Amino acid sequence: MSTALVKPQNVTRSNRKWIIGYSIAGAFLYFVYQFLLNWEGLPLGIYDAINRWMPPAAVNESLVYVIMALGLNIVVGYAGLLDLGYVAFWAIGGYCAGWFMSEFFYFLKIHFFGAVPAEAPGIHINFWLVLIIGGFVCAFFGALIGAPTLRLKSDYLALVTLGFGEIIPQIFFNGENFFGFNISNGTKGIVQVDPIPVGFKDLGPFDFGWKLLIFLFLAAVMVFISLRLRRGRLGRAWLAIREDELAASMMGVPLMRTKLLSYAVGAFAGGLGGVAFATHVNGVYAERFNFAISIFLLAMVVLGGMGNVWGVILGAFVLSWVNGNGLSAFGALYNERFGTEIDFASFTFLLFGLVLILMMLFRREGLLPESRLKLVLHEGDIDEREASGKKAR
Amino acid sequence: MTAMLEVKNIEVAYGKIVAVKDVSLTVNQGEIVTLIGSNGAGKSTTLRTISGLLKPRKGEITFKGERIDGKPGHTIVSAGICQSPEGRRIFPRMSARENLELGAFLRNDKAGVAADMERVLDLFPHLRERIEQRAGTMSGGEQQMLAVSRALMGAPSLLLLDEPSMGLAPILVEAIFDTIVKIREQGTTILLIEQNAMVALEVADRAYVMESGEVKMSGKASDLKKDEAITKAYLGGH
Repeated sequence: MSTALVKPQNVTRSNRKWIIGYSIAGAFLYFVYQFLLNWEGLPLGIYDAINRWMPPAAVNESLVYVIMALGLNIVVGYAGLLDLGYVAFWAIGGYCAGWFMSEFFYFLKIHFFGAVPAEAPGIHINFWLVLIIGGFVCAFFGALIGAPTLRLKSDYLALVTLGFGEIIPQIFFNGENFFGFNISNGTKGIVQVDPIPVGFKDLGPFDFGWKLLIFLFLAAVMVFISLRLRRGRLGRAWLAIREDELAASMMGVPLMRTKLLSYAVGAFAGGLGGVAFATHVNGVYAERFNFAISIFLLAMVVLGGMGNVWGVILGAFVLSWVNGNGLSAFGALYNERFGTEIDFASFTFLLFGLVLILMMLFRREGLLPESRLKLVLHEGDIDEREASGKKAR
Repeated sequence: MTAMLEVKNIEVAYGKIVAVKDVSLTVNQGEIVTLIGSNGAGKSTTLRTISGLLKPRKGEITFKGERIDGKPGHTIVSAGICQSPEGRRIFPRMSARENLELGAFLRNDKAGVAADMERVLDLFPHLRERIEQRAGTMSGGEQQMLAVSRALMGAPSLLLLDEPSMGLAPILVEAIFDTIVKIREQGTTILLIEQNAMVALEVADRAYVMESGEVKMSGKASDLKKDEAITKAYLGGH
């Protein structure tokens, strides 16, 4: 019973392979949404079908979810720390976009390679820079929250992160008067975020095709970071902690620092996703950052396959599609065909619950599992088989 | 001889329960020192305190002249104390090779790590055959060899071994202890915790006998082996 190991010499080859596959998939998506949909010769049936089942906005939204699910995967899948409050980082990233690339701070006038005319009030920093700022602000908060809480074990840690995931969005929700300052515009939200400058063009909220490319790029950055970290020293330290914290510390793995880094890197991705999402919906709305999102992201990681980036990407696409368009489009089709009036979209969470239960019963390791995890979750089966094999002999 | 490790009057407690009181021991460069005693005598607690998992309430621990008590585990590993923990605690889902690589987690000298990998595989030739096997599927003896090897991969100057004989067949115990002697010959100082006093006293230079949290007796291993009280209490009394 030996497990196949990825030998170091295959690393560069497999790295190159994913970049090619990813580029092909990305180019295909871009072709469909940028050219095919805008082609006049496209049969109306296909045009309708694409717009009904997977409209451009839904693809972009899925990609934002991919970015964040990959970040959560570093915390949950790699380091094995359950985080139920990941939405907080999304919110912080979102507000970074709201603060630094809109007219929200109308009494200021700070421009830094922004994509708006120079006389516009507010802070207008270049999107790419805000991405980095958002990422680092989130990483900072991740470390800040992690420092006192990561000493806790499993369930207790989950509860504290749950609380954190409630507190941060509530602060923004009631942020119209935060000790005398308006930090979030409260329930009204911050509307209209600056376009994304890409040199020859500024991408507004409806440049779906171009933004698809940008989100694909950001997701690729997260895949790259995930795979690189995984293979490196830090990745091995996370893995060791996931396996056996005490043994890891006996090997000299500094527990606190390693766990904090997983939090910080995960939060960084939350920041990227938050900024990207703000440009996607062209605003920041406090009520969108709720507990359900944290669970939703966690479900993506679990459904797809904890610890495996490709599994997580699949999970993120499937769930955000079901949540966004899939179910309602299916409902519309069903109602049309059978003359019923069932509101399918309202069954979303029922369906999620059912899927999670079925997954736990039949495929605990996720759709595309990490090879190591698959072994664990079926360890019982293997041991039984081995044991009976011995008896037969 | 110079004292490599010096434990002075430590007291360790879990909440209100004092597990180790006023324990002192020294380990000199190049020695095998064993700490024997029955279940619950405080042996493992002492070891855990040395390796930084527990903090002593009183007393101090010095290693090569520096205070190490209360320092986090990873700094103690980098100071040169590695351990093979009780119950082995190998990483079951990783291959033997990955386990060994994690043992060298804090080291940056690639050549040295590769050389040590060869060295431990020479010590335990059996592991070489199983190097790509998932550690969780190995037998108890193999896992124990792996745990000792993994600790050696950290290139320790002091190796702590916690109950290496636990749950192993006598022939395997013998093999492991033969290797322990070899490890010492290669220059690593060893502190050995054992319930199996007979084999421990066989390989050790000096021994400390613990009972309900205190050191009851200490001395040369060969003398203690002849001591009637010890023979009665720990060696099955003939």
